[in-house]
Amino acid sequence: MSNNNESIGKTFFVVIGLCLICAIFVAASAVGLRPKQAENKLLDAQKNILIATGMLNGEDIKAQFEKHVQVRLVNLDTGEFVDQDPLTYDYRKMMKDPAGSVMLDEKDDPAKIKSRANIAPVYLAYVDGVESKNISFVVLPIHGYGLWSTMHGFLALDKDGNTIKGLNYYEHGETPGLGGEIQNPKWVAQFVGKKLLDDAGQPAIKILKPGNANPASASEVDGLSGATLTSNGVQSTFAFWSGAKGFAPFLTKVRQGALNNG
Amino acid sequence: MASAKEMKSLVFGPVFANNPIALQVLGICSALAVTTKLEKALVMGLALTLVTAFSSMFISMIRNHIPSSVRIIVQMTIIASLVIVTDQVLKAYAYSVAKELSVFVGLIITNCIVMGRAEAYAMKSPPLMSFLDGIGNGLGYTVLLVIVAVVRELLGSGSLMGVEILPLVSAGGWYVPNGLLLMPPSAFFIIGLLIWALRTWRPEQQEKH
Repeated sequence: MSNNNESIGKTFFVVIGLCLICAIFVAASAVGLRPKQAENKLLDAQKNILIATGMLNGEDIKAQFEKHVQVRLVNLDTGEFVDQDPLTYDYRKMMKDPAGSVMLDEKDDPAKIKSRANIAPVYLAYVDGVESKNISFVVLPIHGYGLWSTMHGFLALDKDGNTIKGLNYYEHGETPGLGGEIQNPKWVAQFVGKKLLDDAGQPAIKILKPGNANPASASEVDGLSGATLTSNGVQSTFAFWSGAKGFAPFLTKVRQGALNNG
Repeated sequence: MASAKEMKSLVFGPVFANNPIALQVLGICSALAVTTKLEKALVMGLALTLVTAFSSMFISMIRNHIPSSVRIIVQMTIIASLVIVTDQVLKAYAYSVAKELSVFVGLIITNCIVMGRAEAYAMKSPPLMSFLDGIGNGLGYTVLLVIVAVVRELLGSGSLMGVEILPLVSAGGWYVPNGLLLMPPSAFFIIGLLIWALRTWRPEQQEKH
C-alpha cells in the first residue's frame, strides 16, 4: 500500500481531491457568513457613531441609529451635500481610489493620509428622532496617522459646527496601554466642550504635554503620557480635518445654516 | 480501542507535564502578541484548540492515503482551511474580539503547535486519539496564555476581562500601572518565570547536561 501511495497518480489524486474539498469548505463558509459579517461591521460603525454623540443608551443599536441618525454625503471641496445613496458609497475604498480621491501634497497633509476622498459621509444626529427635523449634532469621520497605524475616529460637533460634543476612536493599531489610550473614554472626555476652530476660523485644537493644558481654555487638551507621537498624530488629525482640505468648507456651510434646510 | 486512562493523559498531559509552550517552547510568537488582555487570550486559545483538534482528526483520517512526498503540503492545506473558517466564524459571531486579534487568528496557520501535532502524532494515530491529543495541546497552550494574560492585564492595565480590579491613578485610584507589561518583551519574562516554576515543581522536565 505504501508503494501505491507514492505513485504519481495517487499523489495527484490525493492533492487535487483534498484541494477541491478544502476549497468548497472555505468558499462555503466565506459566502455563507458574509451577510452576518457585513451586518456586524455596519452595527459596529453605527455603535461608534452613537458613542461619539453620547447618545448610546443600551437599546437595540440598529433601531436607535435608524431613529436618530441620518447619513448624508458631502463634497469636501465645496462643502455641499451630494445627492447620492450613502448606503452604496464605500468611503474606505474611495479614499484610495484615484477616481474618487485627491492626492495630498506633503505640506497639505499633516495627518499623513496621502490621499483624501472627494466625497465623505457625515452623520446628522437628532436627539428627538429624525422626523423632528431638529438636528442636534453633526458627526464627522476623521482619520490620521499616529505612531504605528492609521487611527480612525468619529468626531461629534454641536450644530454650530464648532463645539466638540464627543470624540470616539474606534480603530487603530497604537501600543495598548500607551497610545492605545486614545480609546479611553476618560481621555476623549477632555475634548467635550472645546472649540474646533479659533475666532479666525483656523484649526485651534492643541494637544499639549500631559498636565499642561488649562481646563478653562477653549482649545487645549492634555496629551497622553508615554505616547507623545500618538498625541501628535491626534493633533495633526484635528489640524487636517478642521482645515481647508478637510471639513472646513462643509463646516462653514453648517455655520451659515445649511443644516436648517433639512 | 484505547483505555479511558490513556485518553485522559492525552487531554491533560500537555497542560503541565508536557506543556507545548513551557516544555517544548512552541507557539511563543502568538503568546507574546495576544496576551495583553485576558479576553483575547481566551478566544485565541479556544481558536487554536479547535484548529489543532480538528486538523489532527482530519489528517489522521486520511493518514494512510497521504503520499509522504507531499505530506507537509497536505497538512498545511487542511490547517489553513480550518483557520480561514475559524477566522470567518469569529468575524461573524465575535466581531469585537476578532477585530482586536486581527492577523493573529490567520497566523495560527504558522503556529508550530498545530503543525507539530499533525506531523508528530496525527500521522501515526487513529482519528479519535488525534482529536483528543489536539484538544490536550490546545488546552496546554490556553492555560499558559491565560496565566500570562492575567498577569499582564492585571498589573499592566489594572483590569481583568476589561473590568477594573485595581483602580488606576489616572482614574483617581491608587495603582500605578506597569507599562512594560503591555509590551511584548514582558511576555518573555513571564513565560521564563513560569518555565522556571514548572521545572522546579517537576524536576523531570529539566534538560540533562
